[in-house]
Amino acid sequence: MSYLDLLRLAGPETIVAIAALAVLAVDLLLMRAEPMPKRLACGAFITALGCAAAAGWMLGSGPPGGFEGIFVDDTLTRLVKCGVLVLTVCATVIAMDSKFTRHAGEYLSLILLATVGMVLLVGSTDLLMIFIALELTSLSLYILAAFNKQDIQSAEAALKYFLFGGMSAAFTLFGLSLVYGLTGSTSLPQIAAHLADIGMAKDPLLLAALVMTVIGFGFKVAAVPFHFWAPDAYQGAPTPSVALIASGSKVASFFVLARLMITGFGAVAGSGAWQDYSPGWVPTLAVLSAASMVLGNMAAIAQNNVKRLLAYSAIAHTGYALLGLLANDGAGLSSLVFYTVTYGLTVAGAFGVVMVVETQTGGSRLEDFAGLSRREPLLSFCMMIFMLSLAGIPPLAGFFGKFYLFTAVAGGAKDLGMLWLVFLAVAMSAVSLYYYLKVLKQIYVAPAPEGGAEAQSPLSSRLLLGALALGVVGLGCAPDLLVGRLLAAVSAFNF
Amino acid sequence: MLPWTIYITFIGVLALMLLPGGNPRTARLIALVTAVLGLALGLGGIAQHPGGFESLVRRPWIPGLHIDYFLGADGISLVLVLLTGIAAVTGILFSWNIEHRAKEFFAFYLALIGGVYGVFLSFDVFLLFVFYELAIIPKYFLIAIWGSTRREYGAMKLALYSFVGSAMVLVGIVAAYVVSGQHTTSLLELAKFPFPESFQYWAFPLVFVGFAILAGLWPFHTWAPTGHVAAPTAASMLLAGVVMKLGAYGALRVAMTLFPLGLQAWRNELALLAVIGIVYGATVALVQKDFKFVIGYSSVSHMGFVLLGLATINTIGLSGAVLQMFSHGIIAGLLFAVVGRMVYDRTHTRDLTQLEGMGLGRALPFAAGTFAIAGFASMGLPGFSGFAAELQVLIGAWSAFPTLTVLAGVGILVGVAYTLRAMQKSFFGDMGDATEVPDAHPLPPITIPEKIGAVILIGTTLVIGLCPGLLLKLIVPSFDLPLFDGLLRGGPR
Repeated sequence: MSYLDLLRLAGPETIVAIAALAVLAVDLLLMRAEPMPKRLACGAFITALGCAAAAGWMLGSGPPGGFEGIFVDDTLTRLVKCGVLVLTVCATVIAMDSKFTRHAGEYLSLILLATVGMVLLVGSTDLLMIFIALELTSLSLYILAAFNKQDIQSAEAALKYFLFGGMSAAFTLFGLSLVYGLTGSTSLPQIAAHLADIGMAKDPLLLAALVMTVIGFGFKVAAVPFHFWAPDAYQGAPTPSVALIASGSKVASFFVLARLMITGFGAVAGSGAWQDYSPGWVPTLAVLSAASMVLGNMAAIAQNNVKRLLAYSAIAHTGYALLGLLANDGAGLSSLVFYTVTYGLTVAGAFGVVMVVETQTGGSRLEDFAGLSRREPLLSFCMMIFMLSLAGIPPLAGFFGKFYLFTAVAGGAKDLGMLWLVFLAVAMSAVSLYYYLKVLKQIYVAPAPEGGAEAQSPLSSRLLLGALALGVVGLGCAPDLLVGRLLAAVSAFNF
Repeated sequence: MLPWTIYITFIGVLALMLLPGGNPRTARLIALVTAVLGLALGLGGIAQHPGGFESLVRRPWIPGLHIDYFLGADGISLVLVLLTGIAAVTGILFSWNIEHRAKEFFAFYLALIGGVYGVFLSFDVFLLFVFYELAIIPKYFLIAIWGSTRREYGAMKLALYSFVGSAMVLVGIVAAYVVSGQHTTSLLELAKFPFPESFQYWAFPLVFVGFAILAGLWPFHTWAPTGHVAAPTAASMLLAGVVMKLGAYGALRVAMTLFPLGLQAWRNELALLAVIGIVYGATVALVQKDFKFVIGYSSVSHMGFVLLGLATINTIGLSGAVLQMFSHGIIAGLLFAVVGRMVYDRTHTRDLTQLEGMGLGRALPFAAGTFAIAGFASMGLPGFSGFAAELQVLIGAWSAFPTLTVLAGVGILVGVAYTLRAMQKSFFGDMGDATEVPDAHPLPPITIPEKIGAVILIGTTLVIGLCPGLLLKLIVPSFDLPLFDGLLRGGPR
């Protein structure tokens, strides 16, 4: 295989990286004297162009391929990469309205660099590649979280995110090095073959390796008890950065976690079924999933800040998404991707509305949303769709996503062994309706404050949020648009 | 024609959302036209119905999971579609005075109606569930924005109770789908699948109670009185009129049809809860001070008859239950219309002691007459639909649960007592020496839309009371369908 082939395989990553440089160059060389909105709009345009080109490249590129067990390029990874690119564009459009920074080019190019990392992460099948891509994503995201230099909370958010992230990277690396030591390989297919020989029972070191890896990724996806960074980071960081952290980065992290566990560690899955327990990563993740659902939903009830509320809701949704992983089969993987992508779209939309409200009223507390429906009927309606989709109300995408996860995990173990998790998940989503309705109550029921904000939301936000709301309704009413493709792609997926 | 009842209602929602400006007149006209069209389509569908089961639309929806978009109708669906149409039209007539955010009010109102039509016409469990949950959110906003006493509390309580109920249903549906091999979610096919008895033993109560929470099953009924009292008139009418029927219908259509062995195992407990609901609701209604709470608790009591009818597992009792759903929908709608619209909107009080001194019988003779008729219908006087329905339920229940049937009969007696008490206090109160109505603040007269609405509802309960056969000839043959083989005839033939 020549370098040209390698470049062809890594086409999307290359294109996005070039776009990142182009944004920076255009902004610094040509646009410095222009007003901020224009610079942001120009940068967002280049970003969207880059992402569209990368997606187009994937659609146009030929049969699936791979590079010596280091990374693969098949239909499933292409679909997930497209999802990540769409979410990047969303975050960029949300950023178009921002006033917190004078460094448009740097901000947008960092978003794109994080995207390069995510896209790379999705295709990686080698421990080292996974780690490099993970770090590229994380480092960019730390800086994005710190980007509001006027706000001390932004610095706090970034520092917490960075310290926890660094720690999690250390755990991940330690776990992966143990795996390498046990199997003598960094490539997932070969690791899988070795692990099938070793088996769970014979080597306690393997258990340590698994637990370390799970802890590392647990930080990344904000699963309880590794979630402590999330509320502060979500609340303090600039909203467009949070939109990316909560959507694109989650999709990519979950996908690579699924690949690591299902492809690499499939032989040591174990079982978390009711009264039929055997050690492995499934019971470990089952505990994390249950804890995340319970704690995330319970803590969200008490929140008074919408960004913080969404952070706890994100923790809860991590718990739901882990269910797909626990199924440990094709249906589970497909439901996981469906869920994370639709969750990403929904939460990006929700943060888009938060961004508008922040710009208009200067805060994101619940009271700042009071009477929004009288002022911004369209945005309020979009927010209603996003909140209800997060709560899992049909016919929105969040409902079908949950239903799909539940059937996958309940069907994944014999005799409905995993139904206890479905019970817990369903009960907890009933709890979650309470706090999502609390937000909607402020928007629709509470009286508008006297002399409140009058400013109109920018056209870009209205277009983006309208499109996202349509997408959430569309994927809920016609989930087959995505599910059909996912199932076809998963059946060709190399487990 | 029938599927268009759903579509036209949602088209009405869209039209209201896109309507520029906030003119309440246009909004309510659009809503009324939509609701009347829905009712007309429903009637047309009933006229064209070939008898038995009619498949309306069936096409693959999510082929990857073998889920179909499957609408159909049997006699039971038709009766409830008719009820929904009537309730929708009259509810709009009784909210003719809504001026505050009227456009949104009618949009939420129609969204709720659309979801209800959808539930009654779905023959796919997944689709049914989608429509069922769709109806939760409009209820919340209708009460929280336009309600009265403790509206935000009542709205949230109702939303959470409904959602917890539907969460239980969801677990049951997922489990049934997985156990049956993930090949279909169609009710017709699932009803033929022999679910293991041990599975039915826990799945049945889960799904049944999940649905029955919305039907006001004691002891999960507490959302009903607070929700009804907090809701604006039209929403109370819909809550008591059709939303509680969603619960009973779901319990019959999904829980009982899919898990007949589970029903066999739990029927005594269910009948007991139903009778407790009948007696408890009636007794509590007897001591209420708030006029609307009387009606709210009476709904719990009357819905107890539906649940008792369901627990009989014979054609007479089941048909009685369905007839009672229809009958109670009409009568409760009428009662709430009198209390909420005719009385409360004019006097701004629902306290029975205060109303007693107002001499409403003379000030609002039309309201008094309507309430008297509705009260007689609610008591179960022969000639009104309530009599025919409750009698059938009791006959059906007699063979299975003689003791409980007698107790339910006591519930009817208490029902007479609380209705007469409310009637006497509200309209025919003792005004002491004053012979003239104090005319410092004359009450606004009853408007034309109110009169039309009342006449429609009274007419319906009279017609069905005098010839219940009109509906029974739709309902009874439905139980001969293969769908009910497991429930009534011990397994597929």
